[in-house]
Amino acid sequence: MDWTETLAELIRRTTSDLPRDVEAALRTAEAAEPAHSQAARLLRAIGENTRLARAQSTPLCQDTGTLTFFWRVPRESDTLALEEATREAVALATRNGWLRRNTIDTLTGSSVDENVAEDCPVCHIEQADTETTEVWLLQKGGGCENMSTQFSLPDEALGAGRDMEGVRRCLLQAVWQTQGFGCAPGILGVCVGGDRAEGYRVAKQQLLRPLDDEAGIPELAALERRVLTEANQLGIGPMGMGGRTTLLGVKITARTRLPASYFVTVAYLCWACRRRGIRCGRGGEREWLG
Amino acid sequence: MTIMTETILQTPLSEAAVRGLNAGDGVRVCGRVYTGRDRLHKFLMEGGACPVSLRDGVLFHCGPVVVPENGGWRVVAAGPTTSIREEPYMATLIERFGVRAIIGKGGMGDKTREACVRFGCVYLQAVGGAATLLAQRVSRVDGVSFLEEFGATEAMWHFEVNGIETVVGMDARGRSLFDEVREASGGVLKKLLGM
Repeated sequence: MDWTETLAELIRRTTSDLPRDVEAALRTAEAAEPAHSQAARLLRAIGENTRLARAQSTPLCQDTGTLTFFWRVPRESDTLALEEATREAVALATRNGWLRRNTIDTLTGSSVDENVAEDCPVCHIEQADTETTEVWLLQKGGGCENMSTQFSLPDEALGAGRDMEGVRRCLLQAVWQTQGFGCAPGILGVCVGGDRAEGYRVAKQQLLRPLDDEAGIPELAALERRVLTEANQLGIGPMGMGGRTTLLGVKITARTRLPASYFVTVAYLCWACRRRGIRCGRGGEREWLG
Repeated sequence: MTIMTETILQTPLSEAAVRGLNAGDGVRVCGRVYTGRDRLHKFLMEGGACPVSLRDGVLFHCGPVVVPENGGWRVVAAGPTTSIREEPYMATLIERFGVRAIIGKGGMGDKTREACVRFGCVYLQAVGGAATLLAQRVSRVDGVSFLEEFGATEAMWHFEVNGIETVVGMDARGRSLFDEVREASGGVLKKLLGM
């Protein structure tokens, strides 16, 4: 199995082919707006862009984002080889124009060749008792990443205590303070609990869930539905120019925490939700996911 | 809420045409636009020389995906980047270089809004994320400045464009749709939180 070629194809699909559930949600949002409104105009252009990018294999958004690969592999896997193949695939995809030269040396400001460095791309690898190797890619752009945020409860200014009502208040505040800066309509990935670092990783991972997926814990599923409904009453709309759809989805999960800490971590994703996966069997058979 | 008009703006822009626009108007931009983002704004702010004239011109907050092709360039993706990062610089650049329109996303702050009123400039919201669509509107790349110094993403690209679709987000009369949405949504938030 040629992992470099497979992962390059994963990048091509992720960067250019918006998941169908997100495309359908954007169409529904467009239909809900008055035909000549700014919101409808913006959503119409988003739809046109989605179809063009898919047809041409060009990036949906020029900010091709931080590439985060989430792996789930059999316990005997050579994970170093997988990481090496991932780096080669990213370099190849950059040469093909599927990825922007999008990585900067933080201190010198110079561009990092082909988006490959010691810490780049990011691979989270989980070994498991499984027969198949599964990898998901999330490409999250900087505009929306800048709007991701973390609350520490209790938060007196928000009137948010350490309970589901407190979490709700944080999430609505996060959507409000983001306005249009994260390219609304967006999707929230949320982690309740954990430490600060785990909170951000887990919140981001929630963005891989399909829009119709509900949290397994009824309390969290109810909160997902409520925050989605209430956020869409804010009227922020596409690009923050007003409209009926501000969020397309809310995905919440929980992690254990220390008695002293109660973090609510919010990963805000723009409408250009670039998430794709692939599952590979031992015999090389491939199944595309998402 | 409703778009009343769709105006075609052809560069170079006249002050009168720009001052005639209202927040919420649909505008298609045709002609020459220059890209510029964080590095360029900082460079110009600190006294760097601008290699082109921006007078009556359009500055596009954009870091495109561009690939070399047949000795020239092909623009693959060219959507707007978040403009608020340039808020510390924008008002000064509008004044110093005579910029007539900014294309970006997300809107800008009070200093830029006031400079738009004072010097006759508008902020045009393009569709964030719609990079393939906007690349189609670039009919030609006529040049590039600072490619070596800033890299391809931060460089100043000279684009000939044919009808980039935008909405006036901040007009030269001091109206900002972004401020209005922020205020109205803040009222709803307070109600939802019972504050």
